[in-house]
Amino acid sequence: MNPIARNAKDFWTGFFYIGVGSAALIISRDYDMGTAVKMGPAYFPTILSALLMVIGIISVVRSFFKSGSPIGTVAWKGLVIIVAATFLFGMIVRGAGLIIALPLLVIVSASASARFSWKSTVAEAAAITVFCIVVFLKGLGVPLPILGSWFGY
Amino acid sequence: MELLANLGLGFSTSFTPLNLLYCLAGVFLGTLIGVLPGLGPTATIAMLLPVTFTLPPVSALIMLAGIYYGSQYGGSTTSILVNVPGEAASVVTALDGYQMARQGRAGVALTTAAVGSFFAGTVATIILALFAPPLAAVALKFGPAEFFSLMVLGLLASIVLARGSLLHAMGMVLLGLLLGLVGADVNSGAQRFTFGILRLADGIGFVVVAMGMFGLAEIVRNLENEEDRSAVIKKVASLMPTREDWKRMIGPILRGTCIGSAVGILPGSGSILGSFAAYAIEKKVSKNSKEFGKGAIEGVAAPESANNAGAQTSFIPMLTLGIPSNPVMALMIGAMIIQGIQPGPSVITEQPQLFWGIIVSMWFGNLFLVILNLPLIGMWVRIVSVPYQLLFPAILVFCSIGVFSLNNTEFDVYVMAIFGVLGYIFVKLDCEPAPMLLAYILGPMMEEYMRRALLLSRGDPTVFFTRPISAGLLALGVLAIIAASLPAMHKKREEAFRE
Repeated sequence: MNPIARNAKDFWTGFFYIGVGSAALIISRDYDMGTAVKMGPAYFPTILSALLMVIGIISVVRSFFKSGSPIGTVAWKGLVIIVAATFLFGMIVRGAGLIIALPLLVIVSASASARFSWKSTVAEAAAITVFCIVVFLKGLGVPLPILGSWFGY
Repeated sequence: MELLANLGLGFSTSFTPLNLLYCLAGVFLGTLIGVLPGLGPTATIAMLLPVTFTLPPVSALIMLAGIYYGSQYGGSTTSILVNVPGEAASVVTALDGYQMARQGRAGVALTTAAVGSFFAGTVATIILALFAPPLAAVALKFGPAEFFSLMVLGLLASIVLARGSLLHAMGMVLLGLLLGLVGADVNSGAQRFTFGILRLADGIGFVVVAMGMFGLAEIVRNLENEEDRSAVIKKVASLMPTREDWKRMIGPILRGTCIGSAVGILPGSGSILGSFAAYAIEKKVSKNSKEFGKGAIEGVAAPESANNAGAQTSFIPMLTLGIPSNPVMALMIGAMIIQGIQPGPSVITEQPQLFWGIIVSMWFGNLFLVILNLPLIGMWVRIVSVPYQLLFPAILVFCSIGVFSLNNTEFDVYVMAIFGVLGYIFVKLDCEPAPMLLAYILGPMMEEYMRRALLLSRGDPTVFFTRPISAGLLALGVLAIIAASLPAMHKKREEAFRE
């Protein structure tokens, strides 16, 4: 039977390990290997990435012989929205300032929930924004603008 | 008595109004965040770490330690009240604790947890004070080969204790070690795996990784199925255990404390193994073993005591050897490095104030835990019942601002988001993140010790097997792996984690 269907976890984990291991191995070839007495910057990563590849290969091979549990449901919507909201925050926090970036982060991320409601989310966004400005800006002195450079501050 | 003099020094360090206040604040904040469903101690500490950066080293570590046991106690509260354990260590408490709560005995369960934790914390603090100095003295004689092997042992142990497949956990360790090497090589100054990105020259911040993998990934996982938590216990009736309850909890608390303290010292374990073992043993020896799983008070007392004892004694390898035994201790080590303290056996002699101050403050922390938590239970109950759709945006906000404030750069926010994606992929593939985070912290240290060991042995790799202590440590680690992969043990291990 197809290993991807029968033991997807082992197959994809192995696949991932082989990918990262071989990439690290190739990149390490640009560094100086040195000798055992005087280990160069490539020495340790070469050992590690080779071992990682071996583990990946074992995992892929195992997926052909042993069946495993399926991966199950993936929260695609949640994943995309949460990551997008975080990136958005990073991109606008300096330019627009906290007073815009924080409510956006709250509202965008909250929309990932099946129980999203405008009323409670907007109230929450307001409360969190005030709380963060008081605690992080005034209290802990994090150097973030309330209104950012896009508004001439 | 040297011990008394040392404890006196610790007392004078921690018993200042300011440090007591930080300890109290740590316990309070830790419980506050730890009570939130789905947030375990690791995520809590990662989130609150930036708060401590501006404090002097002793106060920062005292506060962090307070956050740690606060969050652990908070996690137990959540397990008892809503059956949503924040971390593996409180899974066992949920078994009987939640049943007690359903029978209207939530208050008694919470008191039992608090009393058990306090007793265990007191005993474990004494053990820490007694055993840490001699261990550090031994460790001072360690050469680079021994330290390297000790780290290998710690990593192998974390593989054995990880949930899911051993093979996947091994890969996670290697992945973590590799990730730890990102940035400038300390020895040659060569840039490794930075892809020409200047921001990566100092490596990837461990808090960034931890928040991505334990904070963001956990949010996405919880969004998979937003179950109804309307079954939350709204009111907690009497807190006072009956005379019968008191009688029944003494034995389990004593046994749980012993098991937890012993297991907590082991590298790679921390408090998780202790609570599992304590519950399993209690179920065997108790007269009321039939009641287990149906709300037996022993099933709360034993794992909670073990849990807290283990949390305390897991500081021993961290403070004396500079080696973290679980992700929480890895975060502590990171905090020490940020504060300019090089963790290791010399801390105890070079910074006795810090060392003994932390130890004594642990006892105060445990005291605060009891004083603070029992009267505030009503407040925790209300926090627990905050619906998740309001909770997770707030968690995301605190993670984002917290990560930003580490180096005042949005770059770290992006990296955190990427690790959130990776963390979720790992969750889906049954790859436990804890061994990876541990390896991530140990990576650069291991390389350095390996380099030194090979330099001293003139390139002879057998040095790790010919020096007796080093060979013994490695043998122990290999033995643990072999034992865990034996078919009979393998089955038991799976059963233990399923419970």
